[in-house]
Amino acid sequence: MLRFVGRRVLLLAFTLAVASVLIFAITNVLPGDVARIILGPFAPQDAVTRLNAELGADRPVVVRYAEWLAGVAQGDWGRSYAFSTAVFPLVLERLGRSLLLAGSGLAVLVPLAIASGVAAARREGGLFDRVLSTVSLAVGALPEFVTGVFLILVFGIWLAVLPIQALPPDGAGPLTVAAHLVLPVGCLVLLLFAYLFRMTRASMIEALAADYTRTATLKGLPPRTVVWRHVLRNALLPTVTVIGAQIGWLVGGLVVVETLFKYPGIGSLIHFAATNKDIPLLVGCSLAITFVFALGNLAADVLYAVLNPRVRHGRNAH
Amino acid sequence: MAETLIDGRRGPRRRRFAPARGTIPLAIGLAMVLVWVATAIGAPWLAPYPPAEIDFLAISQPPSALHWFGTDQLGRDMASRVMHGGTYVLTIAPAATLLGLVLGAAIGLVTAWFGSWVDEVVMRVLDAVMAFPIVILAMLALTFLGAGTGNVILVIGLVFAPLIARTVRAAALVEARKEYIQAAQLRGEGSLYIMAVELLPNVRGPLIVEGTVRLGYAVFTSATLGFLGLGVQPPTPDWGLMVSENQALLTTAPWTVLFPALGIAWVVVAIGLAADGLKEYLEP
Amino acid sequence: MTAPLLELDNVTISYQRRRDLVDAVRNVSLVVQPGEAYGLVGESGCGKSTLAMAVLRYLPRNGLLTSGHVLFEGRDLFTMTAPELRRIRGDRIAMVYQNPGSALNPTIRVGAQVAEVYRHHRGLAHRAATEAALDMLRKVRISEPDRVAALYPYQLSGGMQQRVVIAMALASDPALLVLDEPTTALDATVQADILDLFQDLRGELKASILFISHNLAVVQQVCDRIGVMYAGELIEQGTIREVFQRPRHPYTAALFDCIPDFGVRKKDRRLAGIAGGVPDLADLGTGCLYEPRCLISRTVCRVDHPELMRAGTRHLSRCFFHMETPLPGSAAPLAGVAQSPENGRSDRLPLLSLNKVGRRFGKAHILDEIDLEIAPGETFGLVGESGSGKSTLAKVIAGLVPPSTGTVALNNERVAGTASRRTRRQRRDVQMVFQTPDATLNPKKRLASILGRAVRVLAGLTGRRKRDRSSALLADVQLPPKMMTATPDRLSGGQRQRVAIARAFAGDPKLVILDEPTSALDVSVQASILNLLLDLQRESEVAYLFISHDLAVVRYLSDRIGVMYLGEIVEIGPAERVFRPPFHPYTQSLIAAVPRLGTEKPARPVSLDVAPSGPADRPSGCPFHTRCPRAYDPCRTEAPPWRDAGEGYMIRCWIALDALEASQTAALRTRRKPDPVRVGPRP
Repeated sequence: MLRFVGRRVLLLAFTLAVASVLIFAITNVLPGDVARIILGPFAPQDAVTRLNAELGADRPVVVRYAEWLAGVAQGDWGRSYAFSTAVFPLVLERLGRSLLLAGSGLAVLVPLAIASGVAAARREGGLFDRVLSTVSLAVGALPEFVTGVFLILVFGIWLAVLPIQALPPDGAGPLTVAAHLVLPVGCLVLLLFAYLFRMTRASMIEALAADYTRTATLKGLPPRTVVWRHVLRNALLPTVTVIGAQIGWLVGGLVVVETLFKYPGIGSLIHFAATNKDIPLLVGCSLAITFVFALGNLAADVLYAVLNPRVRHGRNAH
Repeated sequence: MAETLIDGRRGPRRRRFAPARGTIPLAIGLAMVLVWVATAIGAPWLAPYPPAEIDFLAISQPPSALHWFGTDQLGRDMASRVMHGGTYVLTIAPAATLLGLVLGAAIGLVTAWFGSWVDEVVMRVLDAVMAFPIVILAMLALTFLGAGTGNVILVIGLVFAPLIARTVRAAALVEARKEYIQAAQLRGEGSLYIMAVELLPNVRGPLIVEGTVRLGYAVFTSATLGFLGLGVQPPTPDWGLMVSENQALLTTAPWTVLFPALGIAWVVVAIGLAADGLKEYLEP
Repeated sequence: MTAPLLELDNVTISYQRRRDLVDAVRNVSLVVQPGEAYGLVGESGCGKSTLAMAVLRYLPRNGLLTSGHVLFEGRDLFTMTAPELRRIRGDRIAMVYQNPGSALNPTIRVGAQVAEVYRHHRGLAHRAATEAALDMLRKVRISEPDRVAALYPYQLSGGMQQRVVIAMALASDPALLVLDEPTTALDATVQADILDLFQDLRGELKASILFISHNLAVVQQVCDRIGVMYAGELIEQGTIREVFQRPRHPYTAALFDCIPDFGVRKKDRRLAGIAGGVPDLADLGTGCLYEPRCLISRTVCRVDHPELMRAGTRHLSRCFFHMETPLPGSAAPLAGVAQSPENGRSDRLPLLSLNKVGRRFGKAHILDEIDLEIAPGETFGLVGESGSGKSTLAKVIAGLVPPSTGTVALNNERVAGTASRRTRRQRRDVQMVFQTPDATLNPKKRLASILGRAVRVLAGLTGRRKRDRSSALLADVQLPPKMMTATPDRLSGGQRQRVAIARAFAGDPKLVILDEPTSALDVSVQASILNLLLDLQRESEVAYLFISHDLAVVRYLSDRIGVMYLGEIVEIGPAERVFRPPFHPYTQSLIAAVPRLGTEKPARPVSLDVAPSGPADRPSGCPFHTRCPRAYDPCRTEAPPWRDAGEGYMIRCWIALDALEASQTAALRTRRKPDPVRVGPRP
């Protein structure tokens, strides 16, 4: 188990290294220099040169990367142009809010999708299965701003039962906070539900058809025991890895959902940074998101190992 | 399942007309997409108004006989804009998917066939690239490359390539271990021959299925990039862009958001339906 | 007259295929008495497994009982409610499956999986159930039950997994035990141990047995009565003694003829295959289902469908002319083949010679210093259990896996480690036929293209000459020309192997490596493939390296034989010498493990109850010492010497040859006294 986690952490470090190179490369090596992007196409050339020198963008790439990485490691993520403030604390603050949103989303999504997947698989081809499969197919493929728009129109405007902005007024009680979160969380859940549901359903169907399930059934165990004790754990294995990958979609979804519902999280921040060419902020947000995403994947891997004795005990145990 | 399995007595369901599995959703999905392809191509002749024509006398009007989908805050006819608005998504998505498929198939075949360190290195790097949420990666790249149709195609294609490569690699690995590949090696066939002639035809099924699924996500991603202002730029009529431009009017003129959103929903659902049908058809 | 324990009354089971109902089992009636062991045999697709599942009322979704009754202790299983059924399953009727690896739940410790039966059916508490499970594991001869119970299935060898499954089945002391091919997925030595376990348990337990198998010899060893199935029908039934001494259905008799008796050689006689194939179940005529393949059929057989009729006191046969059924062996007066040029062997240059060939994967020594020579036109047989490295050796010779050390030479000329680096001539000379009919041909190509490519690359022919050569190859393997345009999915397993053989012969090879070419096929098909190989060899003087786990087949076909264990050749010599004492202790256990046809019970297996060490943790000294019943000190530390027993017969063992010979000859003589064939209680 320890060896497995160790390997995964190493892999995580490698992933982050590649990610940092990628972020750095995109922001520093792509055609078009940084100062030109910041100052715009009509700025005089000497201003561009001066800013480039100020930013250190005229020195060798490797040196800049090393310096940049050292700074990142020490929490010096540069200053945002637009906010005129240090990037690191700003990103951290926004990240916290986003985690609340994302966490609520996952808390609703995972049990819901798994329960529906299991129920649908147990009655494969039944009414529940067919309706849910069709609906999830339709809804799950919709971009979140489209579902978001529909949700706002129906619940926020025509029925007028829910607030359409995610951020509650200052000093609001927990109930109000929750009410403000319903639509954006619903939007995230709709985005992710289909994939997770279908994955659970598929692996559940596979596990139900497996030889060990036949063994359990022919032992005379009641269907409840067969499903809970023998099928579910095996069926959840592929699902768990999918949850890991889903976190990526969740983060992407945050950008849109936060923008649509005007929620000051990291998603709307990175969108702001991108549209306003605030490069240090953009890089900071990307770093933070990548880190959280990689951690999420690590968590999924560890959970997978906990469920799977084969991974837990290492491959060579005999 | 456990319940029905004990029941060998239940009579069979007999169907008189049984077309091949999946053909019906496939046909419906294709038809639904073709409607919009036709509309986008024919928009210059079909649309009642030029999409960018501003009419200050008809600002933010609700749907009427004159303006079927209403007008926006500049008085532009929403129906005309929605009819034109599919063009970009319907160009970008297939082009980007094709790019991703070609790249992904090549990477997948090479890693699966050569294995060992080539596979290890390429897959680790792809894993790391995939560790970025797609939208973030696309956003970063487009900020620096500059928005525009070509760049959007390039970025989505590049982002999809690792995902497709993974599917192709998994399928090709299974095939590469089979004995007919060893027979080819015994004849001394070159790597290119084995990849192109022996392996590729046998991973075609998963490749096509993955392609249609990716096509759906390409529509999804390009619309989202449009919404985020990273795709085509105003005043070009684009569904995603229209939703974001008119977002502020949600409470006062909801039709300006509703119809472009419906357009996206239509196309995405249609492709999803077709992909599902195709999967059923190819992998019964 | 006691009431039967299990009674199948006119059972028909059908599968829904598209719009049709196809009968997989047709009007089968049979009875299993309390305490009786009933064996059901037949080739793949004959419906025996479907029938086994029907006994537990566990049919796939598209399967249904269209007529008849399945009565267990007088009660109809198919009218029971779900709770009633659950009280019977796992308690009164228990099952052992073909693939123990997948039958056990991968995420639950095996002890808990056995204990579950006690908890559920006996209502034992956690503690008591665990204790009971340990007892049961001990009963199936697992030596350290405490340790094993805490393991997960993947940590056990196949034989141990099957013991756990058996423990699970016996836990509730069932009245009926259904065994569905319980030893098919296991190595021969493990199979022998498991069969031995069944025989012992039969003495201890009262359970009746329904034993499903494709292997007549295995059924003979365990059962009292036997039923033979063909195309979904029961075509013959009787006591083991009756059926094995005097089969009364032409199909059963032909099946016996397909199996090479242990000891029969290619020079003695040809194997008799069964011409044709199993009929399409969706399109059956009115006559006898076996008629198209039958050697004694007459006009009436084509028109009328025979019912089961009495052919002896307790013997039934579904044949109008069962009294005329040819005796096995009598219908095969086909002459054998002359021995390959064995006599002149020593003075001819070897075709292939391996010098100290080794292969490592990481730390694991898959092959260790193999020396081997194969003469032109010779058939060399290679035997050994799974994991012995025989397939890796084949791949090294073929150039699919480069050796880590040592050299491979063809015609005294060293060749490169990988096929792509060899010359075209060298590639042409060494070709291979693989094990899996499903994977051996590219499913997306037509036969014309598969054979055409091989002819073009290996024989260097193009255009019209390429096509002519391809057609000639297809004809050589006795396939009709119209198959040229077919894709592999249209072909049966045997036909695919024929195409694979044709492909290997495209460039007139000097050596064809046959890696278990018939192990995925039914015996009737195996016989015809072996005959084909012999014919091709006679015409082309090709040498064969024949790899198999089936000692009888290897002995039948080979001129010389090598025995492999954990990457080493431990014994090598002429075929007629290798299986006579003295032999290597490992060979002794392999031979004892072969289930043999005949009225005599086989020797008790030399139990190799210690799981073989993997190649990763190869024991020092003689690799076999961990399982060898006769190992002594030097075996554990030093590699054993080669001992020459004459006639080119070499054994690698520390024990002196005369000592080996004396004990082994004695062992053969004091073979356990043949038990009287046990007969079930008379009705």
